[in-house]
Amino acid sequence: MSSLSKIIRKEVKELLTPATLIPIIVIAVLFGSLGGVFGGIDEAMEEAPRVAIIDQDGGLMSQVAVAVINFSAEIVYDGDDVQEALNALDEQDGVSLFIIPSNFTADIMSDRPGTIEAVWIMKGAGIMDSLPGASVESVLMGVDHAISFALIENNITDNASLILGPTQLTESTVFKGKTMEGISPILISSMMSSQSFVMPLIVMMVIIYAGSIVISSMGTEKENKTLETLLTMPVSRTSIVFGKLVGAAIVGLLMAVIYMLGMSYYMDSLMGTASFDMEQYGLALGITDYALVGISLFAALVFALALCMILGIFTKNYKAAQTMTMPVTFLAMIPMFVTMFTDFDTLPMAAKVMVFAIPFSHPMIAMRALMFDDYVLVLSGIAYSSVAALLVMFAAVTLFKKDILLTGKVSNSDRKSKVPLVALLQTIARKRRK
Amino acid sequence: MYAIEVKDLIKNYGSFQALKGISFNVKEGEVYGLIGPNGAGKTTALRILSTLLEVTSGSIRIQGIDLRERPEEVRRVISYLPEDAGAYKHLKGREYLKFIAQFFADGEGAKVLVDRGLEIANLGERIDDKVETYSKGMARRLLVARALMIRPKLAILDELTSGLDVLNAQEIRKTVKSYAGQGTTVLLSSHNMLEVELLCDRIALVNDGLIVAEGTPSDLKHRYEAQNVEEVFVKVVQR
Ligand SMILES: Nc1ncnc2c1ncn2[C@@H]1O[C@H](COP(=O)(O)OP(=O)(O)O)[C@@H](O)[C@H]1O
Ligand SMILES: [Mg+2]
Repeated sequence: MSSLSKIIRKEVKELLTPATLIPIIVIAVLFGSLGGVFGGIDEAMEEAPRVAIIDQDGGLMSQVAVAVINFSAEIVYDGDDVQEALNALDEQDGVSLFIIPSNFTADIMSDRPGTIEAVWIMKGAGIMDSLPGASVESVLMGVDHAISFALIENNITDNASLILGPTQLTESTVFKGKTMEGISPILISSMMSSQSFVMPLIVMMVIIYAGSIVISSMGTEKENKTLETLLTMPVSRTSIVFGKLVGAAIVGLLMAVIYMLGMSYYMDSLMGTASFDMEQYGLALGITDYALVGISLFAALVFALALCMILGIFTKNYKAAQTMTMPVTFLAMIPMFVTMFTDFDTLPMAAKVMVFAIPFSHPMIAMRALMFDDYVLVLSGIAYSSVAALLVMFAAVTLFKKDILLTGKVSNSDRKSKVPLVALLQTIARKRRK
Repeated sequence: MYAIEVKDLIKNYGSFQALKGISFNVKEGEVYGLIGPNGAGKTTALRILSTLLEVTSGSIRIQGIDLRERPEEVRRVISYLPEDAGAYKHLKGREYLKFIAQFFADGEGAKVLVDRGLEIANLGERIDDKVETYSKGMARRLLVARALMIRPKLAILDELTSGLDVLNAQEIRKTVKSYAGQGTTVLLSSHNMLEVELLCDRIALVNDGLIVAEGTPSDLKHRYEAQNVEEVFVKVVQR
């Protein structure tokens, strides 16, 4: 057995105890239920939504409908060409196209609800991205009211169910260049909350947790002088560095799997009612896609751990190690919040550059990007994070040969993070060490 | 061949000079002590000899191996015991010895090392308890066992008995002395001037980064007309 594998075994054995696993499982379950809470968030209100209209009917009822829409929304296109309508919406930041088919009035007159076809333009699937359906919901309600009023006022029917629901909506959604028939943005958004919410959270937690494992392992080894002993034994510096990194990475990935199982369980139970076949809309991920997500996570994790190793090199003892996790925590939280609440595609350029530059972003955005076949983003992200990880790893091995490893720099107080989640993770890491 | 040859060793921590050019040689099988007050530079010297710190200038040979050029080879012949060292707390005493032994031998060979370690540590049934439950004396015995069980050519022991009670200290000294007789050269440091008289064949008095006197304890006492090494030190430093 090589000395590398001996060191890895030591690290993993040290980290995998019931005391470390139980909190992870508890958190997985906790956040699983949190995921459900956020899954329900859908809309943000907006004033005077911009819409396009194609009225193929021109009858009495469709005129009522168009009048109401005209009154409560800004119409950016009114004609009969679908493509032109979509282009106009795209240019002017519109939210939806309403098509009123030719038999709209006739249907209503013969006691059947009239159909309105809505084509939603969806920009992003993040929690904070406003959904097009929400802003025009009141517009459509207005249409219904106006038609009901007309039906009653003119004694057209006494069919109560028609009066109460004179129209029906058929929906399709245009999102990232894909047109998905028969599905609303709200459904897409909540279906994708597992990607928009859960992935960033898991990646962030895994990075902070595995990172603090590496830093505290360095701090503890320094404090107990076990590091000095290790360094004077016939074991290469590279084996020690890699052993620690791989050990923490194994535990980190294991943790990610546990979290994902917890999340998917809760997601499944949430989605039981509104089942949605990803495959049907070309959103399902294949084996290659999952492999890419895994590679992306691995590259980000190695980058994080090597960075933590460098921070660990500068600490003097276990206490100091705790404060050293802060920079990594920040680096992990920025892309988490950005990708959780908005879509990478809807970000301004400067923010895109910043998010891309942080390797932790890539596993967070990979899944959603792959659903829409954005391989360029995912592959360039993997390439970038791998290069970054290699550079930081090289720096760590180099620093391992310097005095700084033993003399250290940071030895100040034991500060607890103000961010509750981070404080929680720190406490777990601390408990585990004791 | 000397077990240790140190020539004009200088060590700077940034702008602070902790070792100001020290030279000494240690013969094979000798117990050699660096003696001096806290802050004299003993730990710095031992860490450099253990390949842990970079050399600012000077030359060092361990068992004839140039330390600056071939540190990996030096690591194969030495065993270093840091001052105030601990063991991995989550391990049991026996597991710790096994963990260390596997880096020096495989299978049966490793078992021989562990058995020797168990004998030196002499912790009875407590060897199967977690290290974190050990008293300071027990932990130190385990670490001394770890350092000596591999029968290194050179054992580098920093503050061998500091913080231990008289009985523990005496037991550890005995163990070290007996190993020195079996082919291990010992370089140790201590600020306890009385201890070294009992233990060391030769000593170097270190003060403020310099060796101020060197010789056998009886030599030095004779030379400075002193009752003990402590008096020697006071006389040397006050001159
Ligand atoms: N990492 C360091 N950075 C700066 N100065 C140090 C460092 N380590 C030790 N020193 C200084 O070097 C001197 C010698 O220290 P040390 O070798 O530990 O002495 P001893 O072991 O004899 O008590 C002391 O003045 C100490 O303050
Ligand atoms: Mg010292």
